[in-house]
Amino acid sequence: MRIPCPLCGDRDRREFYYMGAAEALTAPPGPEAPPEVIDDQLHLRTNPAGETRDVWYHETGCGAWLIVTRDTVTHAVHGAVLAERRGTTA
Amino acid sequence: MAFSGWRILREGLTGNKGWGPLWRTPEPRKAYDALIIGGGGHGLSTAYYLAKNHGMTRIAVLERGYLGGGNVGRNTTIVRANYFLPGNQEFYSHSLKLWEGMEADLNFNAMHSQRGLINLFHSDGQRDAFARRGNAMINQGDDAILLDREGVRELLPYLDFDNHRFPVYGGLLHPRGGTARHDAVAWGYARGADRLGVDLIQNCEVTGFTIAGGKVTGVETTRGPIAAPMVAMVVAGRSGQLAAKAGMRLPIESHVLQAFVTEGLKPVIDHVVSFGMGHFYISQSDKGGLVFGGDIDFYSSYAQRGNLPMMEHVMEAGMSLMPMIGKAKVLRSWGGIMDMTPDGSPIIDKTPVEGLFVDAGWNYGGFKAVPASGWCLAHLMATGDSHPVAARFRLDRFREGVLLDEEGTGAQHNLH
Repeated sequence: MRIPCPLCGDRDRREFYYMGAAEALTAPPGPEAPPEVIDDQLHLRTNPAGETRDVWYHETGCGAWLIVTRDTVTHAVHGAVLAERRGTTA
Repeated sequence: MAFSGWRILREGLTGNKGWGPLWRTPEPRKAYDALIIGGGGHGLSTAYYLAKNHGMTRIAVLERGYLGGGNVGRNTTIVRANYFLPGNQEFYSHSLKLWEGMEADLNFNAMHSQRGLINLFHSDGQRDAFARRGNAMINQGDDAILLDREGVRELLPYLDFDNHRFPVYGGLLHPRGGTARHDAVAWGYARGADRLGVDLIQNCEVTGFTIAGGKVTGVETTRGPIAAPMVAMVVAGRSGQLAAKAGMRLPIESHVLQAFVTEGLKPVIDHVVSFGMGHFYISQSDKGGLVFGGDIDFYSSYAQRGNLPMMEHVMEAGMSLMPMIGKAKVLRSWGGIMDMTPDGSPIIDKTPVEGLFVDAGWNYGGFKAVPASGWCLAHLMATGDSHPVAARFRLDRFREGVLLDEEGTGAQHNLH
C-alpha cells in the first residue's frame, strides 16, 4: 500500500501512522453538547466496507496529517489531502 | 447418534456406512421465538445454550454463508484465561471452565489441548507486571506460575535467551491455557444445537430488520421474511454493517489480523508461546504446522488479507525469538476481520431497539470466548438480565466512562 502525500509524493505505507476514521475530525461538538453527541463523535463509527476516509500521520516523512480516501475491501488508495484542507475535495 | 470409540470400531468393521450428516438442512419457518444472526462459534454456542439451559427450542440460526465459515475458521485457536481486569477475568475464567467440559457435554472431539501458555517477559518491570497478573489469575481461581529464566529454558530451550534487545528474563506459565481445533468447536455446537431442535439455516443473509414502535418483530432475509420477538446480532467482523441495517452505529472499527502456518514439521514447540514485546505468538498444530501471528495491520480493513509490512514484522519477531524457525517454510497466510472496540473489550448487551441484542467487538480474542459468549448471551436473551460474568460488557460503557481497557493502550480502536 502506498499513500500519495501531497507534500512528499507516493510513499510507502510504513512511513505513516493510522489515526482512525476521518469522521471523528469533522465538526467537533462544543462543551455544551449533550453526552450522546460527544459519545457519537468519540466512539461510534460508520465503519464502511468500501470507500472510506481516514486520518494518517506522515510520521517519518513531512509530519503532515492527511485525510486519505481509500477502499477498505480492496486496499486501493484513491487520494490524500492535507487534513488542514479538509472540506475541499480529496 | 452419539460418537464413541465403540461406534468407530463398529463403523470400521461395517464399511463406514452408518455415518450421516451432523445436522439437518431445514427450510426456514415463518416465525420463531428467537433468531440468531451469524452461524459462527458465538452464534452456534448461543443457540446451543438457549436450547439447553433455557429450554428455548423454537429458534433458528441464520447464516449468510456456511456454518463456521468466518472468524471461527480463521483464527490461531488459542484458549486461555489470563486476564487481569475485573469484568474480563471472571468471564474468561468461566469460559475456560466451559471449554474443559465442552467435549463431554457436546459429545464431540474439539481436540482441546491444555498444553500450557507462556507469556515471556524481558525486563524487571515487566516481571513485576506479570507477577501481578499471575496473582490476579490465582485470586480468580485459575492457575499461573511465574518462571525464571532457567524455568523457561527448561520448557523452551530453543529460544534466543540472550537477544540483545529483548533478553528473556522469564515467563508467566498458564498451565490450563492451550489450543483447540477451531472448526470442530463450531461443528460441535452446531450438532449440539441441531440435536436440541434448533434450525440451522445456511445461505440465508439478513437484509433488514422489521422494527415497529421501537421493538423488533423480525428480519428480512434473502429467503424471505422471518418473524421473531427476539433477534441477536452475532456477526463479529461485520457487526457495524449489520447494525447499520437496524439504524445503529457501533463503537467498532473493522481491522485485519493476519496469521501464518508453515509446512508440517516434527513436534518441536510443545506450548503456546507469546512474545508480547515483539508482537509474536506461536503454537504447533497437531498436523505439525507452526501456527503464528502478530498484531493487526493497524488500519481499518474488510479485505480478509493483510499487507506485506506486517508479514515482514511478524517474521522478524519470530526469527528474533526463536532463530530455528527460519528453516521452516511458510505454507500459507490469511487474514480475519476483527471488530475492534475503543477499549479492546467485547459487547454482550441489549440495544436501544427492544428485543434486539448485540454480541460483538471481540477484537482478536473471540475464539477462547466462544462457550461463555454463547452462555451469557443466551442468559441475557432468556432472562432479560446480564449474566454476572458478562455484566460489564455493556454497549454504553464508553458513554458512561466504565471502560475495560485490559492493555491500557488508550482510546483508539487500532491500539488494542
